[in-house]
Amino acid sequence: MTVASVAKLAFKSIMLNKSRSFLTMLGVIIGVGSVVLLTSIGTGLQAYVTDQFASLGSNILYVVPGNPFGENGGFGGEQAMIESTRPILKRSYFNQVLRNNRDLIKDGTVTAINVAEAKYGKETKKVTLYSIMSSYETVYSSPAEKGRWFTDAEEEKAERVVLLGKKIAEELFGQVDPVNKRVLLNGQGYTVLGVLGEKGGGFGGPSFDNYVYMPLETSFKYFDTELVDSFIFEVRDKEQIKESTLAIEKTMSKYLDEDEFTVFDQTQLLTTINSILGMLTVGLGGIAAISLVVGGIGIMNIMLVAVTERTREIGLRKALGATPNLILLQFLIEAALLSVLGGLIGLLIAYLGSLALQPYFPAKVTLEAVILAFGVSTVVGLVFGVAPARRAAKLSPIEALRYE
Amino acid sequence: MLLELKHVSKTYEIGDTVIRALDEISLGVAEKEFVAIMGPSGSGKSTFLQVASMLAEPSSGEIFLSGQEVSSYNEIQRAHLRNKQIGFVFQSFNLLARTSALENVMLPLFYAGYGADSSEAREKAKVMLERVGLGNRLNNTPAQLSGGQQQRVAIARALINDPTIIFADEPTGNLDSKSGEDIKQILRELNQEGKTIIMVTHEDDVAAIAKRQIVFRDGKVLSDSAVHHKSSTTSKAKKQKGRS
Repeated sequence: MTVASVAKLAFKSIMLNKSRSFLTMLGVIIGVGSVVLLTSIGTGLQAYVTDQFASLGSNILYVVPGNPFGENGGFGGEQAMIESTRPILKRSYFNQVLRNNRDLIKDGTVTAINVAEAKYGKETKKVTLYSIMSSYETVYSSPAEKGRWFTDAEEEKAERVVLLGKKIAEELFGQVDPVNKRVLLNGQGYTVLGVLGEKGGGFGGPSFDNYVYMPLETSFKYFDTELVDSFIFEVRDKEQIKESTLAIEKTMSKYLDEDEFTVFDQTQLLTTINSILGMLTVGLGGIAAISLVVGGIGIMNIMLVAVTERTREIGLRKALGATPNLILLQFLIEAALLSVLGGLIGLLIAYLGSLALQPYFPAKVTLEAVILAFGVSTVVGLVFGVAPARRAAKLSPIEALRYE
Repeated sequence: MLLELKHVSKTYEIGDTVIRALDEISLGVAEKEFVAIMGPSGSGKSTFLQVASMLAEPSSGEIFLSGQEVSSYNEIQRAHLRNKQIGFVFQSFNLLARTSALENVMLPLFYAGYGADSSEAREKAKVMLERVGLGNRLNNTPAQLSGGQQQRVAIARALINDPTIIFADEPTGNLDSKSGEDIKQILRELNQEGKTIIMVTHEDDVAAIAKRQIVFRDGKVLSDSAVHHKSSTTSKAKKQKGRS
């Protein structure tokens, strides 16, 4: 008697009991599907954020007031909030850093953030004003998609010009081409020079596409504040990030105390954010593990019930000449077929689910999750499909036949 | 002797009490015999059937089938023996649910080494079902068959591997009298064709179709006697005996 012929028998048995077979598979489907889908959300999130940072360039150094990383390496904190409202950083320090370190630092910009009410026609929007120097274009590789960037001269002369992020341009102007139109910011007229290409940005947080970009001096002049948010420096060589950090710190310490400012690069920022995202992935993984356990218990349950129901069948098969090994082989093949088929359906559902999420969320199905979920469900399916059958196959035919 | 039991006992332990279901039974059944096993419930008649048919192991004693000592067989040997040499007819039919009559009859062939889809096995099963008068019910599942029809499927299944002995446990016990008559008739015919049948029953009229009646009581044989039939049946049986 060949395995193939027992496999045929097992397949027939599955097809003859469709509802029982489906219920057995359901546990595997739910287990595999939820684990793969949930972990795809976690890893997708992490990959997305990493990509976002990479697209911003990894040869960038930031100088911010205070210590945003706090003592424990966490981001934010009360002290950082207080520090950032005091005008500590000054444009003159920035210029000095550039002058002193031409060999290491290619370029840079000072940034400042304000809020304003933007108005064009009937459309009014609260917007974030991102005030920068014209060098921002190259440092952050943000060319104008339409129109042009403001020049150094326009910035230094505090001309009333702005560039718009792609999204805010659409929101304010709709189908109209904003270039050379006048937009009102807090009631004062500004000429739109251009619209920036799409940059993306955090989930629900501020997005570069929602900013209105304004020359730094213009914001100093018309928004009545000299508050600087940060300095951004573009380092000539990625390998010299460390030296550049030290060089900037050296120049800065001429003006400020050591604890009044922080120089950091993106890897530091990325590490912090990744540690948060890592927690998120672990959390989602935990939820996934629970679904796997629940799915596994589901599989165990239905398999146990099925075998109890089938003990009489096992007795009959034994009476008619089936050896215990043949019975086991049949149940093993049945359990394997159901587990594998259920696993594949679960994977398909998870894959379709991640595709459905794609427009809103960068879900990413990983091989590890697939292997883990598939492996665990299959093993649980096999063990709990076969273990009760083993017990039943050991009964004498007459005991099994009388089983209720 | 086709089947011979020597000092066979079967004991069960339920808690602290030991129940002696079979107590030193010794008896023989010759080829082509039709034996009815009778007795009140608890007399050991069902246990006798289980032990003699290799469904259960004796606690002590020896069993010989066609001169071969089979009581010491291991699990696998017993399975093969049940498959090839013994046919079962149960009171509750014991057909596989949701499975066609044809596939039910094919089941012992599968365990005898035929492929699950063997056309030869299919043909054999079909012939056997025609023989019990169910040639037009091949693809019906048990739920679509009457009790009598289900028992006929079970008889076809018992016969499919051409066994040496057929064991029947209250074969008419779950049937109405009309269906019961049909089953009795089939069993009688099978015996006339030369099959050895050992049947447990507590109904006198069913026992009456056998040629020999063994009555059990308290795990022992109370009586063992020949049955006198109407002359026609006896002469027919004699004729067949003469032919073989």
